[in-house]
Amino acid sequence: MSAILVIAEHRGGALREATLEALGAALGLAGGDGRVVTALLADDPAPLAEPLQGCTHALRRVRHPDLAHYNPELYLPVLADIITALQPAAVLMPHSSQGLDLAPALAGRLGLPLYTDCTDLEFCDGRFTIRRPVYGGKVSQELALRPADTWVFTLQGGAFEPAEPGAADTKTEDTTLTDLAPRHGRVFLEQIESALEDVDIAAADILVSVGRGIGGPDNIPLAQELADHLGATLSCSRPVADQGWLPKSRQVGTSGKTVKPKLYIALGISGAFQHQAGMKNSGTIIAVNQDPRAPIFQVAHYGIVEDLFKVLPLLGERLAG
Amino acid sequence: MDILVLVKNVPEAAQADLEITDDGSAVDTDDLVFAINEWDNYAVEEAVRLKEAHGGTVTLLTLGDCEAEDVLRRGLAMGGNRAVHICDDDLEAGEPAAVVEAMAKVLAGESFDLILAGVQSSDMGHGQSAVLLAQRLGLPHATMAVGLAIDGDQVEVVRELEANTSERVRLPLPAVITVQSGINQPRYVSIMGIRKVRKIAVELHELEDLDLAATEAGASLVSRRKLFMPQAGQGAEILTGSLEEVCDQAAAIIREKGGLA
Repeated sequence: MSAILVIAEHRGGALREATLEALGAALGLAGGDGRVVTALLADDPAPLAEPLQGCTHALRRVRHPDLAHYNPELYLPVLADIITALQPAAVLMPHSSQGLDLAPALAGRLGLPLYTDCTDLEFCDGRFTIRRPVYGGKVSQELALRPADTWVFTLQGGAFEPAEPGAADTKTEDTTLTDLAPRHGRVFLEQIESALEDVDIAAADILVSVGRGIGGPDNIPLAQELADHLGATLSCSRPVADQGWLPKSRQVGTSGKTVKPKLYIALGISGAFQHQAGMKNSGTIIAVNQDPRAPIFQVAHYGIVEDLFKVLPLLGERLAG
Repeated sequence: MDILVLVKNVPEAAQADLEITDDGSAVDTDDLVFAINEWDNYAVEEAVRLKEAHGGTVTLLTLGDCEAEDVLRRGLAMGGNRAVHICDDDLEAGEPAAVVEAMAKVLAGESFDLILAGVQSSDMGHGQSAVLLAQRLGLPHATMAVGLAIDGDQVEVVRELEANTSERVRLPLPAVITVQSGINQPRYVSIMGIRKVRKIAVELHELEDLDLAATEAGASLVSRRKLFMPQAGQGAEILTGSLEEVCDQAAAIIREKGGLA
């Protein structure tokens, strides 16, 4: 097959781990005879390229001072040139805040077909077959795609094994750009780390975590009470923080905190992928949800399919004192 | 400031018992309740707030079946001025690229200062349409806004990144921005409010009249589509028995695994 192109992702002077997962997926697709090419756009690519050694057949390092931070208007012309010359069978990148910003723009600019949030990719007889979640992860979709010169895919975090060094001999090619300006004038201003927090949920041994199923702010004390019995910290899923029922600092998930407590008790959390990614490595996970098909049960060790408002008082009684 | 908001009518799946159609290619939505896509609701609220602060108009645009008019009516009740409906019954096959072609056709000759949409839809989760539209119209874009401020002929956007990190970027207007959930607290919409806007006529376009080329109309990118539902409780050991027994077991597990005496 022709080459697979991977777009490397970096932030704050470090390569993002998801890049290696995309490389793992690319090497899998390329098989024995295919080539994996990685595009790394940065102000100073050399240190970022270190973890890529041995994980890609070719590494295109593109250098310009303004590439210190991601900007689609700078990435697009550079990537368009690479793709036009390389004619890869597929372009892979993480399904991240960057991938979601870049992939549709790249697809639109070059007229390439795109599928996002892929959890599985296969290439057979010139055709891709992919899997991706729909309906918040309650259903998985398998799609046999029509042939195209180049497909673009974004890959769900954690769905693919990261590439290991030694998978390929890496040939590096450097380009230093002099002229590079945003087409419309989008500019990066600053990166903002979250402000000081009331509590660090990542430091807790036990988390009692509430989701949309808690119903409203008036019911939060019910969960707090259980947490108090256990000496646990209260955390939540995105909808709870979105609606201001608990502060953002309590949010578990890709955009919030990744946690790994000894015990994670999920109350009324459906368990969308973004949430699972933030808690699935917890020691023991107990989930309470009325919906037996809630995705949270796919990562939980123990499940209670019940109304959480029936379960909470009884659990409280048993664990009080 | 004239703002366009892209909205979508989606089935509420989170609490629903989903079933797959007999041919295995789609979720059977006949018995599901439809509502505005959650992210789009935040986008409409943001648009109405900007209108209230800066003046101008809010136009709502959707592509969907007849029922999709509900989300337009709802958006009008929130403070929208105008609603445009591209009517199409074959929703499931709606590839983002085809949706965007239809929208671009309908929008030809119009101009907006800002186009907003939700980050993604809760059903298909493509997260593509708004950015594809930006490319189609030759406009700058920024996705995943958790903060948005107009500054003269520019807009400053706080984009949500991973791990409690965000970035501030600036774009010239007109621009396309996708809105992340939690950016605001959307106002409540009453039946009364929806009744009040019933006299606003929705501009209706039939998809089939738009004269899209076969490829544009989404002669699908997909040759075969198959859906899978995970087995109920797959992975977890589901505790069984009476409610009392289940709670006894759960309490024992919590004590043991939580290291409690």
